[in-house]
Amino acid sequence: MNNNLDSKVASSGERVIIHADNLEIGYNNKPVVKAIKFQLLAGEALALVGINGSGKSTLLKTIVGLLDPIQGQLTVLGKGPGSTPRRIAYLSQFHASGFILPLRATDVVRMGRFPNRGLFGRMTREDNEIAESALHTMGIEHLADFPLRSLSGGQQQRVYLAQIIARQADLLIMDEPTAGLDAAGREIYLKAISSELARGAAVVSATHDIQEAAHCNQVMLLAHRVVGIGTPEEVLTPGMLLETFGIVITGDRPGVAVLEREHGHDHDKHSH
Amino acid sequence: MDWLITPFSSNNFMLHALLAGVLVAISCAIVGTFVVLRGMAFIGDALAHGVLPGIAGSMLLGYSGMAGAVVGAAAMIGGISLITQRSRLSSDTAIGLLFVGMLALGVLIISRSNSFSGDLTRILFGEILGVSTRAIFIQLGATLVVAAIAAICSRPFLLLCFDAEQAQVMGFSVRLYHNAMLFLIALTIVVSFQTVGTLLVFGMLLAPAGAGALLARRIGSMIAWAAILGISSVYVGLLLSYHFDIAAGAAVVLTAITIFFAVFLVQNLRSQHSRSSEAALHE
Repeated sequence: MNNNLDSKVASSGERVIIHADNLEIGYNNKPVVKAIKFQLLAGEALALVGINGSGKSTLLKTIVGLLDPIQGQLTVLGKGPGSTPRRIAYLSQFHASGFILPLRATDVVRMGRFPNRGLFGRMTREDNEIAESALHTMGIEHLADFPLRSLSGGQQQRVYLAQIIARQADLLIMDEPTAGLDAAGREIYLKAISSELARGAAVVSATHDIQEAAHCNQVMLLAHRVVGIGTPEEVLTPGMLLETFGIVITGDRPGVAVLEREHGHDHDKHSH
Repeated sequence: MDWLITPFSSNNFMLHALLAGVLVAISCAIVGTFVVLRGMAFIGDALAHGVLPGIAGSMLLGYSGMAGAVVGAAAMIGGISLITQRSRLSSDTAIGLLFVGMLALGVLIISRSNSFSGDLTRILFGEILGVSTRAIFIQLGATLVVAAIAAICSRPFLLLCFDAEQAQVMGFSVRLYHNAMLFLIALTIVVSFQTVGTLLVFGMLLAPAGAGALLARRIGSMIAWAAILGISSVYVGLLLSYHFDIAAGAAVVLTAITIFFAVFLVQNLRSQHSRSSEAALHE
């Protein structure tokens, strides 16, 4: 999402949202990716691109504090990862319980206000308005009272995204945010994220979708190592994509179509 | 009318059974809701049976069964969390083995007692027709504690059911609230085994909440449904046991499970019927 906010945010050091240097990430002290170095400013979007198991989810989980860094430096919102829960919104890849939970769409979105209210704080009228407007932003206000489990996969994904928007966080971390979304849903998502960036939030998202990555300020290509990081123009080149994905097919359509290499198993799913 | 009320109005033991049963149904409705939603049925089962050697041991030594149940539950929770943290083996397998092992140990201990089958039946199926006033007050206290903890933890519990990682990132410690849930399960089992027995408390934990999950659109109404269905099962089960001279605890649980499968069947038929029209509505 090229908002060209760079001039505005670069002026003050306080606007650095994530700073990583010589960062090594992984599970149970087994490194998945080493030597990660990047900086993300307020109002900027970073896309992580790579196949399953390339380290995208591992990096996202490390940023939000679910996994400890193995070594190196990682500062998130000026502190260690996981120490500012109110300011970080996280969309994980799997919602296994989405089909049994007796919740309405609006209940799921309202859950996004829990961190601000803690155990005992009452939900305010403002909280309800924020939840309503988040449903509206994702174009699902008419589904507010429907049970979550009666919605299609794409509709559920929009509900989860509405919850992320309702957080009003300074940093949005999303694992495959457009999974299951149709073309219209994708448009709505891109618009919603633009306005999140415009109000100064920073966004990190993992994606398979090169077109989506091309909208971000920075792209990091991952394949168990950092293949490249930079602006989309610098990084999304056929050569680098070949290094990242193994196979690249350039078609008649604008942009680059990528065939994913089949993988026997998926690290992110199995290493809990 | 006589058939429905007199058994309770003219028999003190039936009234006690009803009161204790209603309290069991309420705490099982609250705790069972989270057990069902978080898919902790297996851990609940393991806990329910793992308390057996504790109860048997303390009864053999002449202490109250409840003290032994507390020790058994604590050992079981310790074992389960050790397994889920350390083991690279499927934790299901390890918990299953732990639970069968505890069951076998319990039977082993009981086999040293003079009235083997009597004691075993009492522990497994409870003595709902022999509940003392004191036991009812203990049950009441436990039910209030369960309700209070569930109310305090309702937001983190809801988040845990939704997505544990989400809860953690939002600043609610998964370990803390998961342990709180385990504590509530253990408390419910420890207090309820005297009434419906260790084997049957598990049915009361799952069946009404399971039916509630099928009927409700929100967590609050799921708990309410579970409580209503659980209390109805207690009442119907006790009546059947009184009139047909059958085992009371088993009759209660069997009623609850029958209700679950009836709801399950009806919901399945209805959703098959309406799936096509609903899909059309949402698109």
